[in-house]
Amino acid sequence: MNTKSRRFLAVDILLLVGAILPLVACMVLKVLFTPASEGITITGALVYFTIPTPVQPLPITEAQVNSWAVMLTILCLCLYLTHGIAVRPGTKRQLAAEWVVEKCKNMVHNNMGDYFAGFAPFIAAIMTLSGLSSLLSLLGLFPPTSDMNVVAGWAILVFSLITYYKFKAGPIKYLKSFAEPVPFLAPMNIISEAATPVSMAFRHYGNILSGSIISVLIAAALGGLSNLVLGWLPGILGEFPFLRIGIPAVLSLYFDIFSGCLQAFIFATLTMMYVSGGFPQEDYEKRKARREARKREKLLAKTAQAEKA
Amino acid sequence: MLELALGIILGGCAIGAGLAMIAGIGPGIGEGNAVAKACEAIGRQPESKGDVTSTMITGCIIAETTGLYGLVIAILLIFVAPRQFVNILMETIGK
Repeated sequence: MNTKSRRFLAVDILLLVGAILPLVACMVLKVLFTPASEGITITGALVYFTIPTPVQPLPITEAQVNSWAVMLTILCLCLYLTHGIAVRPGTKRQLAAEWVVEKCKNMVHNNMGDYFAGFAPFIAAIMTLSGLSSLLSLLGLFPPTSDMNVVAGWAILVFSLITYYKFKAGPIKYLKSFAEPVPFLAPMNIISEAATPVSMAFRHYGNILSGSIISVLIAAALGGLSNLVLGWLPGILGEFPFLRIGIPAVLSLYFDIFSGCLQAFIFATLTMMYVSGGFPQEDYEKRKARREARKREKLLAKTAQAEKA
Repeated sequence: MLELALGIILGGCAIGAGLAMIAGIGPGIGEGNAVAKACEAIGRQPESKGDVTSTMITGCIIAETTGLYGLVIAILLIFVAPRQFVNILMETIGK
């Protein structure tokens, strides 16, 4: 028993370290690669290194590295929460994990209906990834969601899901849906279809990026203000930006925590809405029934032939 | 002459960014209306608070989109566009 519990503890510690280590590694990388500069600057993601490929050089940026770190963290957290899981909940962490799973299942069920009940893990994954990515700015890291490319990738993923479920009622029905209500409006429908991923990506990235830009601008302004007000203090006291302590944290409460979590929720909600809204339930069921009827007829014909022979 | 050209580029980008943010007016009014109506609805039927709130948030998100397009354009105009335009100018002069 003792050895078992000791091993249990060791795995626990390993998983927790696995959850924290990627983020620490990201911070170290950032510190190593940030160029020395005076004052506050607003830049995009740092480019860590570039991989030469035949088509064009592939830059590995901070956004990619950070999002992979977040993925590792989420993986280790999930493993930690489900470690030592039992039929009768014995640990607090199992209760927490069950609470999360239940909440997510309920949300997906309420928003998407029975047919899409299998979407719960996907929605939960996209929500956690988005939320934790945005919260990375609390650690002073570059949040991957404020890079257009990352969010555009998610939006394209969601768009392909939407199109896949629209195709479920057959390609002809899909093409016909563009000619509604009148065929004359088809170009408008195509534009609005293409606007879905664009608006999803822009919304998420614009919100997070504008928040971080405003935070940086306010930090710079506070630095200037403290220089103006407290500049008469002797020596290093006069140079130290005292006003920059604490005050930006209040704004960070809104821009980093509230806005980041809200955008994650919004992205998940929109995914659910678009996927279940674009799915033609009635047509799909009709088509399925027709197909099954045809299959049954074929089977009957085959058995009849076999009996004759 | 070069200074004048650079000044026009930077000034034009800044003015364009400011004009792009006029797009913020529409979503502001629209979301205000939506929230006001939601408050009225909750006042009339307090038991439907959850449904009304979630529907309102979804509506607000969609109304926000146009404003965010303007915001993205403004960000691009301030942080990305000047460098591109200056590069174009330098290439033209180099010819």
